Formats: sequence, C-alpha cells, structure tokens
Amino acid sequence: MAKEFERGKMVPVPSHSIIPERDIDKSPILECSHLGIQFGGLKAVDDFNLTIGRTEIAGLIGPNGAGKTTVFNLLTKVYQPTKGTILLDGMDTTGKTTVQINRMGIARTFQNIRLFGNLSVEDNVKIGLHNQEAYSALTGILRLPGYWKREKAAHQRALELLSIFDMQDMAEAKAGSLPYGAQRRLEIVRALATNPSLLLLDEPAAGMNPSETAELMENIVKIRDMFHIAVLLIEHDMSLVMSICEGICVLNFGQVIAKGTAEEIQSNPAVIEAYLGKKKEG
Amino acid sequence: MKRLGTMKKASKANFATYLGVIIAFVVVSLLKSGGVLSSSLSGLLIPVCCYVVMALSLNLTVGVLGELSLGHAGFMSVGAFSGIVAAMSLQEAIPFAPLRLAVAMVVGALFAAVAGVIVGVPVLRLRGDYLAIVTLAFGEIIKDLLTCLLVGYDSNGLHILFNASGTLTVADLGMDETGVAIIKGAQGATGTVTIATFAAGFVLILVTLFIILNLVNSRSGRAVMAIRDNRIAAESVGINITKYKLMAFVLSAALAGAAGALYGLNYSNLAASKFNFNTSILVLVFVVLGGLGNMWGSIIAAVVLTILPEALREFADYRMLVYAIVLILVMLATNNDQLKNLLKKIIPVRKGGLGDGERV
Repeated sequence: MAKEFERGKMVPVPSHSIIPERDIDKSPILECSHLGIQFGGLKAVDDFNLTIGRTEIAGLIGPNGAGKTTVFNLLTKVYQPTKGTILLDGMDTTGKTTVQINRMGIARTFQNIRLFGNLSVEDNVKIGLHNQEAYSALTGILRLPGYWKREKAAHQRALELLSIFDMQDMAEAKAGSLPYGAQRRLEIVRALATNPSLLLLDEPAAGMNPSETAELMENIVKIRDMFHIAVLLIEHDMSLVMSICEGICVLNFGQVIAKGTAEEIQSNPAVIEAYLGKKKEG
Repeated sequence: MKRLGTMKKASKANFATYLGVIIAFVVVSLLKSGGVLSSSLSGLLIPVCCYVVMALSLNLTVGVLGELSLGHAGFMSVGAFSGIVAAMSLQEAIPFAPLRLAVAMVVGALFAAVAGVIVGVPVLRLRGDYLAIVTLAFGEIIKDLLTCLLVGYDSNGLHILFNASGTLTVADLGMDETGVAIIKGAQGATGTVTIATFAAGFVLILVTLFIILNLVNSRSGRAVMAIRDNRIAAESVGINITKYKLMAFVLSAALAGAAGALYGLNYSNLAASKFNFNTSILVLVFVVLGGLGNMWGSIIAAVVLTILPEALREFADYRMLVYAIVLILVMLATNNDQLKNLLKKIIPVRKGGLGDGERV
C-alpha cells in the first residue's frame, strides 16, 4: 500500500520554515525553535529553526565544521541543548535521554559507521527491533513460548527490512566484514527497525561510487514512500541533495544562512559565498 | 528451509556443548568408580566444576559484556560464606544433604547477586581500565569484610557479629550451649560439614551453560553484546545501557556465588584469604585463554589449567616452567588462523564471540 509522493510545492509555516504542501494539514513531525548549544565560549549551533513535514525529505548542508552533526546530536539528545526547544510530533523533548528519544520516534545513522561489528547482519537488525519485539530476559533464558513467538516475528521482520536493500542473503554474515556501502545500508535498516517517524541520515552516501549513490537516492525515496516517514539527511553530495530533498537548510558557523527549495538554495548568494568565498571587489 | 536458519544453527551449537559436558561427566564418573583416578585427582573434581562455573560466569562479564572485571573471586567468597552459613544452620531443618546443598547454592547466588548490585551500580559507570581497577578494589574489600565476620548458630537462631576492631571472639556471640561457631573471623569457616558432590558440580555447570547460552541467543543477550560492540549505537536504537550492563554483571556475580557455595561446602576449613586477587586473575586467565565469548573454551581452559599443576606434581621442580609453556602454547594455538579454520570446519560457528583479541 505504498503511496508514492510527488515532489510537491513547498509552503511556508509559522516558524520561518517551509514544508511540503501535502503535509500542511497535519502537524509537523519536528519543530526546532531557537535551538542552540554552547561548548565553553563556542556557539556550535545558534538559533537553529527548522520545521519538517510528516513525509518530507529534508536536507541539511553546509561546509565542514558548520555544525550539521551537532544538530543531529542535539535532536537525539547526545548533547542537551543549552537553548531553545525541540518539539517531536508536538511533544516537548526537553530533558529526554537518547533512549527515550528513540522510543519517541527518531532513529539515526552515523557519519563514522557504528555497527555491532562482531554480530551478524540479522542480529544487528534484531537489535534495532529491541523495543518492537520485546520480551523479558527471564522469558529468553527459560525459552518460554513468548520467546519463540517474538523471535520468529523478529526474524521475519529483520529479513523483510533487509530485503528493502536486497540484503537478505547477507543475513548471516558478520556485520564488520561487509563492504563499506553495505555497512552504510545496514545502518539505515537498523535505524528503520526501531520504527521511527523521523529518520536522520548522517552522510549516507559518503564513500559510495556514483552508481551506488544513485541507488541509495532511489532507496531513500522508496523508504519514505513505504513507511510514510520524514527523512532529514546531511550530505555533501550535492547531486543527491538537490535531486531528492524537498526542503534544504544551509548551515554555516552554527547558524542557518538559508532555507528553501533546491532552486532557491542554488541561487542564494549567501550559500554561494559560504561554499565558494566572496567575489573579489572590482 | 532458510527461515529460522541462524536460530537452528545456534541451538545446534548449544546442544553440542551440553552433550560434550554430559559425556565428560559420564566418562569421569566411570573412571572414578572404576578406581582409575588417583585420589589427588578425584579430590580435584569438585574444585574443577567450581572453576568451570567461575570461568563461564566471568566470560559473561568479560566476553559478552566486554568489561574487564578483576574482582570475580570476591563474589565467589560471598557465595561461599553465605552458602556455608545456610547449609550449617539448615542442618536440622533439611536433613537431606543434596537438597541442603541446592538451597545453599541458591542462597550463595542470591547474596552474591546483592553484592553484584552494590558493586555494579557505582562501578558500571566507569569504563575500561578504570572499571578493572575498581572491581579489583571491590574484590579485596569484600574479602577483607568477610575476614571480620563472626557467625554462629544455636537453638535461638543465627548470631552475627562484625569484628571491625579485631578484639571480639566467638565467645562474644553469646550463644547457648548448643551453639556452633560457623565462621570465625580470619580463621574463616571451620568445621563445615562437607556436602558438595561432583554430581552437584556437574548440574551447576549445566545450569550455568543453559542460562548463559540462552541469554546470549535472546533479545537481552543481543542488547548486552550491542553495548559491547558500540555503546553509542546501542543507545541510539533505544537500548537501556545501565539496565543491561547491570543485568549481565549481576547475573555473572550470582553464578559465581553459586560456584562459591559449592566450593565452600567442599572443604571443612576455608579462610576468606583463599579468594584473593590471585584467584580472580586465575579465573580471568581461564577466560582469556579459552577465548572471549567462547563458552567451550572457558570450560576446557578451566579444566586443563586446574588439573595441570596437580598432574605435573611428578616433575616437581619444573612444574611452573611447564605450566608457563603450556600457557604460551595454548595462546599460540587459539590465535592460529589455520587451526581456527580447521576448528571452524569441525564445530559449527558460535555467535557472540569477539574477534582476535579486539578488546579486552
């Protein structure tokens, strides 16, 4: 019953942001307002505002060191913000832990791959299903009926999720021994297993060749269409960002310098300056 | 049938492990009843079982959870002394010795679990070397606290004194004429009725294996291994780090406590100083040599390295020399790729093992 979404018209919302027109009648999945964090004297992220629609694919770009990953760490509460609020599906996330945030619906991947390298591919996905197919430790040790039922469900679900990326044949391989691209895909599958409503992808195409990147782009759109979730991705590959992201947010030195559609961003002088530097006078 | 393939493979490997232990038990029992075993060797059977359980339980902390604990003997001593007290004070209530032994092991496990919680809550906030050092300290503290303990039992029940000043004696317990002193401070437990049996040790090994192998192949075990492999990623997929770390640590302590109770009830005299740092290290050596996360390896290493010093008694002077050489050979053998590949062909792949010494 996957419904395919057309790349829609973007419309403004109150928090100085834009979301796809099709999501305007539903509450946004994420609303950040005046978000900021300070490490000592350094304002790593300052006054960050972003609203993401329910089924939007959004991009977060910016030069190296702009604070993109810090934003992800703030959203997932690896760092507690020193300023501002994050509303997830309308609920305030102040004071929540990383674990609680995941249960509330944010899942993420990491820039430097963080898989459970000594475990099998299937186990990696099953660990993602930790809170979906839950049973107690005692049930597991005593092999009570709940164990068999849940394990069977987890096994099937894991293979289903792996099949999105055609990885079901690798289920028994050790995660750490997979090729680089497959490890990146496995991280996405593991994040999806936690049943998120917002998926954060930190440089999903890093280290991939052009054909792998093209396939990844298709898959990101496919995931959104299948699960009806929102995706926020950090990426340096501009062809990927410009072709699949509906709303793009540009960060530089911890501050949002531009927000808009791909066309708006490409012609924005502040963005060009951030990436290429200022045109010499005269 | 591709479905449930991994689960079946894991169960098959587990089944082979159980079968191996059962066969070993039957063979040794036959040898013992046939009078083939020397008296010194048959006297080692129960301690061997205890050390196997110790190695298995420490493997849960070191191999599966991935935290280096140097105080495992501390939990063994808690189990030993609480088990001895339970067995001695229940002598009349439960005249049937095997049942009393079982109760003593459960009591030992429970007390060790409590000690595990007390130690685990502060210690598990640390990581790596810091955690190792603090567990070492806790192991020594537990041993020293037990050295100060005076316990007696009479018709009024248990009398417990904590002899912190070092001036109290058994007489201060204030027992009536039926009183029996069970634990006498630094002297340790004396006059213990030895009810430990080899069969009980065998059952304890099977129960321990059952608990650990089933845990590792379940949701909770996967959560523990996820924390070992990547703590940040484990948190990001919604795993409660503190809960699972503590669970593995406490379970490991409880199993060590049960082993301690069996050990304590095998000797009529036992001092707390037996459970010192050297014992913790000895158990760690079993685990590291057997391979982190490899339960079979722990069993074999514990058996061989407990019996070896005894078997080498004839060589008297060269004993420790040969022991050291065997240690080196085992290390070389377990890290040899060709040998590993050969073993892989024979034995089905077991999951949950760490790679070649990636982390201790």
